[in-house]
Amino acid sequence: MAQIQTKVQKQLPPTKKRSSLSEKTKEAISGYIYISPFFILFGIFGLFPMLFSFYLGFQKWNGLGEMEFVGFQNFKWILTDQLFWTSLSNTLIMWVLGTLPQLLIGIILAYALNSTLIKLKSFFRVSIFMPYVTSTVAVAIVFGIMFNDQEFGLFNLIAGLFGVDPISWGTSWWGVKVAISTMVFWRWVGYNTIIYLAGLQAIPNDLYEAAVIDGATIRQKIQYITIPMLRPIIILTVFTSTIGALQLFTEPLIFIGRTYREEGLTVVLYLYREAFVNLAFGPASAAAIILFLIIIILSTINVFIANRVGR
Amino acid sequence: MSEKIGSKKFSMSKAFIYLILAVGSFLSIFPLYWMFVMATNHNSAINNVPPAFIPGEALVENFTNVINTIDFFGAIWNSLIVSTIATIGVLFLCSLAGFAFAIFNFKGKNILFVFILVTMMIPPQLGLIPQYIIITKLDWLNDLKAIIVPGLIDAFGIFWMRQYISSNVPKELVEAAKIDGCSNFRVYWNIAIPVIIPAFATLAIIRFMYIWNDFLWPLVVLRDQSSFTIQVALRGLIDNYVRDNGMILSGTFWATVPLIIVFILLNRLFISSLTEGAVKS
Repeated sequence: MAQIQTKVQKQLPPTKKRSSLSEKTKEAISGYIYISPFFILFGIFGLFPMLFSFYLGFQKWNGLGEMEFVGFQNFKWILTDQLFWTSLSNTLIMWVLGTLPQLLIGIILAYALNSTLIKLKSFFRVSIFMPYVTSTVAVAIVFGIMFNDQEFGLFNLIAGLFGVDPISWGTSWWGVKVAISTMVFWRWVGYNTIIYLAGLQAIPNDLYEAAVIDGATIRQKIQYITIPMLRPIIILTVFTSTIGALQLFTEPLIFIGRTYREEGLTVVLYLYREAFVNLAFGPASAAAIILFLIIIILSTINVFIANRVGR
Repeated sequence: MSEKIGSKKFSMSKAFIYLILAVGSFLSIFPLYWMFVMATNHNSAINNVPPAFIPGEALVENFTNVINTIDFFGAIWNSLIVSTIATIGVLFLCSLAGFAFAIFNFKGKNILFVFILVTMMIPPQLGLIPQYIIITKLDWLNDLKAIIVPGLIDAFGIFWMRQYISSNVPKELVEAAKIDGCSNFRVYWNIAIPVIIPAFATLAIIRFMYIWNDFLWPLVVLRDQSSFTIQVALRGLIDNYVRDNGMILSGTFWATVPLIIVFILLNRLFISSLTEGAVKS
């Protein structure tokens, strides 16, 4: 590199000016041009739609015809709609059912994968990660058939082995939620495992060695070294899986189909139905704004807890 | 973790770890295997107690039914076009913007970069309805452009490229090239691009997977069979009045297999790409 530089400097005296614009201005112009595609596209397909959603939330409109300003009526309508509250509580229940086991099992699997004694490590890694490569639609279709209400449905067959009568996964209050949460769990657990694994591998080995010298047990090592060192990553996964869970859409739509059954209705599914089935763009936009606020609130709580726990 | 406990306890914990991993792997793979089993069996063998657990003979028949129900290859083709073009576009635009943020000095650079980071926090559903209206106004409904053009926006990609370029493209080399009379674009093209190939691979995998698997947005803007991506087309399989599970899972299986094969071949790259991104951001 140094060679190139000296060569170049010999050929071109640094005083030589190449054009009327200074190098600095040219650099700035190039800079703005290079980043402009993002801002133009984001302006059209990101920022403008977002702001327009806030506008639409206060209008009555079916996509055609004239808009009519209705104030907070859409919000009032949404917030007094029993179905909206059902969709919100469904979303929160499935958030807990899908996320908590996912993170817990993820940590256990990562811990097992990180053990140095294990052979076939890459086989385990690949197979555990494989569900993540499967599309959400495919996952929902396959599990939808496994969660068939009839006794030949795979999960009912397993339940039958334990003497449990066939469960109506597709129609019962808990059945639908457990089925959908299982789909989320299956697709994401491997992904989180690998993230935790990366976190575990980043913990310096001398910490453990020092602990062994001090006579620490396995439990103490996990409690005082592994968990604290892993904390930032755990917070990250809680954060991302929470946001993901609040946006749950594909699994319930595929699983409960065009009936939009109450038992599996999520907030985004509710929004989608209002907008593209009922053509009620105003209330749908209001629902989108409410979802946005919920996500902001939960994210803030998350950051707040992370800061307190992180200390 | 080197445990220096008695050898008996040692092997017990080892066996336990193997057990956990074996069960985890089995549960991860089994639904994919089961999908294949169903894809090769008649509906009657599936809706039976106990159902089929080994591959049957209906492989061709089921897939023929898929092709008669949906435009399978057309949808795969659409997905390929959309994902490939959008991915290449993202690689170009994000590396260009990332290069500008990493190498150049211009007014407002830091604020603009922070703005890009903040856009990552916005849930995509917030603008969904106006986005749909814009697509309608542009007359892009049922047009693959409706997926490709908004798909070129990738805030994470710009972030990723900026980080990679600022730590991997030597500043002296850039300066030297400029003194040598290289235009800014030549510097990007001839000096930065060769260095950032690994970052391209990572971003390409993340982006391709994202667009290939996306469902909500294509569902909203693609209404006509001929424009369906594979994810939207798959939904057409379960919307039939007569539910032929063998046929449904045949379509789902063959739509899933290509990506799984690419994943197995490039598993190291895939796993590191898809998770590194999450950790770094």
